[in-house]
Amino acid sequence: MISFLLIFISSLFFMGILIRTKSLASGRKGPGIMQPMRDIIRLLRKGAVYSRTTSYIFQIAPTVYFASVLAALLVVPFGSRSGFISFNGDFVFFAYVLAMGKFFSIIGALDTGSSFEGMGASREALFSMFAEPAFFILMGSFSLLTGFTSFHDIFSSLHLASHFAPGAELTRETYLSYVLAVLATFVLVMIAMTENSRMPVDDPNTHLELTMIHEVMILDNSGFDLGLILYTTSLKFAMYGALIANFFLDGMALPFGIMLFFVVQFLFAVSAGLIESFMARFRMGHNPQFIFILSSVSLLIFFAVLLLTGKFV
Amino acid sequence: MVTVGVFIMATASSIPAFQILFTGNNLEYIFAGSSVTGPIPIRIDSLSAWFILIINFTFITGILYGVQYLKHYKEQISNISLHFAAYISLHFALTAITVIQNSLVFLIAWEMMTVSAFLLVIFEHTKHTTLRAGLNYFVQSHISVLFLIVAFIGAAAKTKSFDFEAIRQFTATSPEFIGIALFLLFFIGFAVKAGFVPFHTWLPYAHPAAPSHISGVMSGVIIKMGIYGILRMILTVETDFYFVGIVILTISVISGVYGVMLAIVQHNLKKLLAYHSIENIGIIGIGIGIGCMGLGINSFGLTFAGFAGALLHTLNHSLFKSLLFYGAGNIYQSTHNLDLEKSGGLIKFMPQTAGLFLLASLAICGIPPFNGFVSEFIIYDGMFNGIQNQNLAQVLMLIFSIFALAFIGGLAMLCFTKAFGTVFLGSNRESHSETAPEKNIKKLIPMYLAAVPIILIGIFPKFFFVLMQNTLNLFTDSVPSGNAIFVASTLSTVSSVGYYSLIFLGLIFLIFLIRKKINTNRTVNCNATWGCGYTGNAERMQYTASSFVRTYRKLVNPVLEIQKRREDVTGIFPTSGRHEIHPYDKIEKILIDRPLNRLKSFFSLFSFLENGRIQTYIIYEIAFIALAMIIPYIYEKILILVSFLQSI
Repeated sequence: MISFLLIFISSLFFMGILIRTKSLASGRKGPGIMQPMRDIIRLLRKGAVYSRTTSYIFQIAPTVYFASVLAALLVVPFGSRSGFISFNGDFVFFAYVLAMGKFFSIIGALDTGSSFEGMGASREALFSMFAEPAFFILMGSFSLLTGFTSFHDIFSSLHLASHFAPGAELTRETYLSYVLAVLATFVLVMIAMTENSRMPVDDPNTHLELTMIHEVMILDNSGFDLGLILYTTSLKFAMYGALIANFFLDGMALPFGIMLFFVVQFLFAVSAGLIESFMARFRMGHNPQFIFILSSVSLLIFFAVLLLTGKFV
Repeated sequence: MVTVGVFIMATASSIPAFQILFTGNNLEYIFAGSSVTGPIPIRIDSLSAWFILIINFTFITGILYGVQYLKHYKEQISNISLHFAAYISLHFALTAITVIQNSLVFLIAWEMMTVSAFLLVIFEHTKHTTLRAGLNYFVQSHISVLFLIVAFIGAAAKTKSFDFEAIRQFTATSPEFIGIALFLLFFIGFAVKAGFVPFHTWLPYAHPAAPSHISGVMSGVIIKMGIYGILRMILTVETDFYFVGIVILTISVISGVYGVMLAIVQHNLKKLLAYHSIENIGIIGIGIGIGCMGLGINSFGLTFAGFAGALLHTLNHSLFKSLLFYGAGNIYQSTHNLDLEKSGGLIKFMPQTAGLFLLASLAICGIPPFNGFVSEFIIYDGMFNGIQNQNLAQVLMLIFSIFALAFIGGLAMLCFTKAFGTVFLGSNRESHSETAPEKNIKKLIPMYLAAVPIILIGIFPKFFFVLMQNTLNLFTDSVPSGNAIFVASTLSTVSSVGYYSLIFLGLIFLIFLIRKKINTNRTVNCNATWGCGYTGNAERMQYTASSFVRTYRKLVNPVLEIQKRREDVTGIFPTSGRHEIHPYDKIEKILIDRPLNRLKSFFSLFSFLENGRIQTYIIYEIAFIALAMIIPYIYEKILILVSFLQSI
């Protein structure tokens, strides 16, 4: 419940901070923090133009896309406080419900019959296919480490934060689990960048349709639908931010937890902005390799967990 | 008439099946049989009951669809009569296979299934390709029978009885390697039928060649007889299940990944769906493999989740795959085209077919709130739970399977966005072809009938788990008890999946309503798709099925066999360019084509014998008769010579 609220709040600022970071890094003043949100609200109130080629798929696709992210949010916990709903294996549901949204955004793009949008759709389908195993191996490692299979149980038994407590001993296991958390953060940040089609996989500011992924898929969306799609992107970012924050949150008192949560979201937005400012987009052909790297990093985490649990003799 | 027949048979067998599923009491009749077969036991346990229900449902939707589908061929009266007769006998054979536990009679029923399925596949026997595909199926099915005969008769020779019960006793008392060898023989025999890689090569030919309702029935239940056989043998043969589980798991992972990898590059819709059957058999096999591993290491969680996933996915696949094939049938009958490259924009002519096809596509990709998700979820859940408390090899095996299952899911999504997107969306890529709108509502009824359980299983999965409980007990009984808590927690997990799916659906409806309410007061216009300033004929410029998967194709090129032919547009006065891509199955090339060619070239050495002159043939016969008479004579002489030599 609380996680849902907090994610909603941070989603309002996320894109603003990201864009502001980018403009500061390139020496411009840049728009205000709330500007992206204002754009979205304006879009939500506008009328729409639909292509004659499209069918009812195009009408429902943005709705399903948005609803899938909302549904995924329901299982995201806040430290030791569970989300709306929590059950064993809920992260499987999380991943597959997001896949539903992606499926619809892809066929929504194909519905326009435009070659550009087909191009974007094809890339989106391919890249998300490569990102999926990384997430599952990551979650598999953590369920092996903690012995649980739901987001809430996993996060509340990681106990990373408790090592800060006075008098806590720093053992080899502690260090290793920090390494794990850092690696997991890296994987999640990169999955978030891939899923939201940002650098280094996709450049949202590019001006050539041939080089776009996500932006080219929504060329024909307008009005309410476009607003919904744009807002979904911020929401998705905030959602991954919340997952990252969860690694460090367990058992913290609520005020500190909330503070830490926003700090993590802020850092995530800033680092996403910095990545976009100082990295060039990969060549399209190199993207699959890059995304496969995520799977191998997840495998690294998995082997570290095997070490920790003493499966390696 | 036929419909009534199928209905009667379905009701007659469904009533006891339901009874057994609910009560768990098995039925058993023992027919006296003949001196050859010995007594013929008919045992209906809950595993048989589960498969009987799946068979009946698919056969009912199949016949409802088939009767409408075949109206296009109503002038071929005798052909249709034969077709329906074969359909009924197929239904009977399948039901018989699930209940007969006498290996000789089982083989007869198995043969009956093969022959009637063959007759059904070659409905359009005037087409060369259909006949070829049918014969391919016929031959490969008999390879399956060959393995089964060796296994069954081998066991019967040792036990002097054809009863399955005897096989159990035999394997329980003999050394372990005999059990493993016997099980692997059975597994190969049944795997040919089920379509596990590398025994899958008949499947992509038979499915496209058959009429759509037969493809649906084939993919829905006939290949499931292989799964039934494997499950039955797990219950019958006593062996080292850990080893067997690893073998099944490895083969299944390969089948799943390889099937969908090939499915993506197909151009023919039905062929694509056929390769997808291989993928889904792989998923079912992953479930069975994990279940067997669980049996081997006495882990209740793995056993339960593995077999539950496998059994439920068997049902699920029969539902959405038959629905997809019926959809393909509708497409074929209104456009006379199944080539993905030439289709497009059908959603405007056939919105209901499109909606149903979309539903089934989502279900087959394992996306909530549909049934495919539930069965995949339970397998995932079992694996994530089972990953704890295992040794290194098992953990690696499980994480590898998780990886594969996630990868299969992603690939399936690529495949079905391509299939649905290029067939139904956009505009038609071949502007001259004509499309008839869907008029025949009767053809849609069986499709809706299949769609209902797809949604029901997705939203109320718990009911189906309760229904499956007795069947699962058959497998989990041998594992240490005290697992009621585990079952209860799994059931509650499964029902929360259902609730969650319901919330998800609710969210979609809510947002859609809000959107509709907001949009009513706004100006909404229609215009052309944005074409970057180009306003000409954009239909031919659309992304095609091949271009949609081009990047993928380049990535997997080393693994698959893809031939490309292109003629560039060159010169001052260019002629039209071409670009063709032909995917071919590499495993088929290595395992089937090459040995066949070798065999052919070897036998062609003797082709001079067959010269077509009747005189030569008469000489052969005379030579044969002469040899037949002379050889015993010479043999006798040699014997005399030997005895003479010995006496010296």
